[in-house]
Amino acid sequence: MSLVKNISWRSWSVWKRNRDVFLTTWKTNFLPPFLEPILYLVAMGLGFGVLINDLVFRGETIEYIQFLAPGLLAISIMYGAFFECSFGSFVRMHYQKTFDAMVATPLTIEDVITGEILWGATKSLINTTIVLVVVTAFGLADFPGLIFVPVIAFLGGMMFASLAMLFTALVPNIDSFNYPFFLLVTPMFLFSGTFFPLDVLPNWAQTLAYALPLTHVSIVVRDLCFNYFVLIDLASIAYMIVFTIIFFFASLYLMKRRLIK
Amino acid sequence: MGDVVVAEKLVKNYDEFRAVDSIGFSIHQGECFGFLGPNGAGKSTTMRMIHCASPLTSGRLTVLDMDVQVDPRRIKALIGVAPQENNLDPDFSVIKNLTSYARYFNMEKALALKRSEELLKFMQLTEKRDEMVESLSGGMKRRLIIARALINEPRILILDEPTTGLDPQARHLIWERIRELKRKGVTVILTTHYMDEAEKLCDRLVIMDKGKIVVEGTPRKLIEERIGAEVLEIDEPSPEMEVFVQAKGWDFERTADRLLIYSRCCEDLLGELRTKFQLESVIIRRASLEDVFLRLTGRRLVE
Ligand SMILES: Nc1ncnc2c1ncn2[C@@H]1O[C@H](COP(=O)(O)OP(=O)(O)OP(=O)(O)O)[C@@H](O)[C@H]1O
Ligand SMILES: [Mg+2]
Repeated sequence: MSLVKNISWRSWSVWKRNRDVFLTTWKTNFLPPFLEPILYLVAMGLGFGVLINDLVFRGETIEYIQFLAPGLLAISIMYGAFFECSFGSFVRMHYQKTFDAMVATPLTIEDVITGEILWGATKSLINTTIVLVVVTAFGLADFPGLIFVPVIAFLGGMMFASLAMLFTALVPNIDSFNYPFFLLVTPMFLFSGTFFPLDVLPNWAQTLAYALPLTHVSIVVRDLCFNYFVLIDLASIAYMIVFTIIFFFASLYLMKRRLIK
Repeated sequence: MGDVVVAEKLVKNYDEFRAVDSIGFSIHQGECFGFLGPNGAGKSTTMRMIHCASPLTSGRLTVLDMDVQVDPRRIKALIGVAPQENNLDPDFSVIKNLTSYARYFNMEKALALKRSEELLKFMQLTEKRDEMVESLSGGMKRRLIIARALINEPRILILDEPTTGLDPQARHLIWERIRELKRKGVTVILTTHYMDEAEKLCDRLVIMDKGKIVVEGTPRKLIEERIGAEVLEIDEPSPEMEVFVQAKGWDFERTADRLLIYSRCCEDLLGELRTKFQLESVIIRRASLEDVFLRLTGRRLVE
């Protein structure tokens, strides 16, 4: 397949371009992922959590804030990559014509998109690691499981970056991102086992929730934070890998169709 | 010295619309080759096919003996492109625009920095080294785009309207640089709407119109063949004068307010006219490429 053949290690030069821009503005980049989880943990975990008793997770009674913390990690995995490869990539592609400049060099369009997606996944990795520091400081994640959270952050980041790139290839203008955000990202944010356990939902809604990518990220991350590792985690990781591959190639295909005229 | 770009029956369709309509040309090593033509003629589309940004609909196109459909990566490594539309990286400073671009060519860091500094000097942008791109004037941006196109020491340089909107100083600087590059053996492919620019810089050129090549040749030869050495311009000619010129079988053109008579047809136009008419507002001037261009592509706006 020519899509595969046209991807090369040169993608990293695209990744490095985005990294360099990120590093020149890192002070503003680091603050939100650091402060946001603290706000959530305090307001929802400590405040709202007082109202919740008898929350049972894998047979253990836990506090709400313990349930919430891995959810926040999963959410940061989704948002890091999704924002980067939707609004971020669209601005570079459409307004800044950065992609046009790149493909006049030995880079192929596949290299460029791959580099963008790798960078999106890296954003998830960075943001999630910051949240992880906060969560660990609150005593809400355990060794050694938490060590693997960044790995899942990168894998999940690849999945959400590819998914976002798919929409970037399709939207007619930047305002149209409201649709995937409203119809997909926000429902995932709320209904992926992030803020409450899925088993409180009726059966049909549970089935629906299990189809969502973020559900699987949040399952694995929560188990890692609690030092569990069970069969369902392998299934969820397999889900992530399969959907990453599907979204990735679909986004390459659609981007080529959009950009090559 | 062979041909570095060869096109045969080159066609480009955008959906139903045919932007380039079966053109053929060959560009020699080390020359400056021009593409002229009115807006929408298909110049940029042709440029984009040469630098492998736009796939061909049909026909054949080789660059440095490589097929654009087979070896785009290798071709792109050997050419430099200054596109018509500005696509400098607004997130970076002037120097970083060059060094990050060098990285796309997999150039080693120290070498990239050295070449970038040299190119800033070459394009007289050293003072702006650390400014962000937005703060540059239009002319400086154009110069930076040309500097960027030279980062990989290309064998072929593609310049799509390099001087549009620039002041005379900037245009002259760019002309000097183009001639300097040519002396070093770089092949330059140029599009422009300035006929004086094409006349000065291009060894050979084509004039395109509606996707087709209308004419090809050296600027001097085109002028001689199509116009002659001189043009006689008569302001607000009387109808009798037009009838007279037509009866004589002279080579002429009637525009909205003038009569243009081209000298290639005959000798002593003015003398003959003087015997019949009272001539007040008449100009004799050297024929230029602009005359050829307007003659071939029409005097009215197409759109
Ligand atoms: N991406 C595109 N999709 C559809 N049509 C296009 C596209 N790019 C160019 N065209 C059309 O192809 C024709 C040739 O365009 P091109 O840009 O090659 O002209 P040009 O000779 O460079 O004109 P100009 O002097 O204005 O730069 C035009 O009619 C233009 O509208
Ligand atoms: Mg053009």
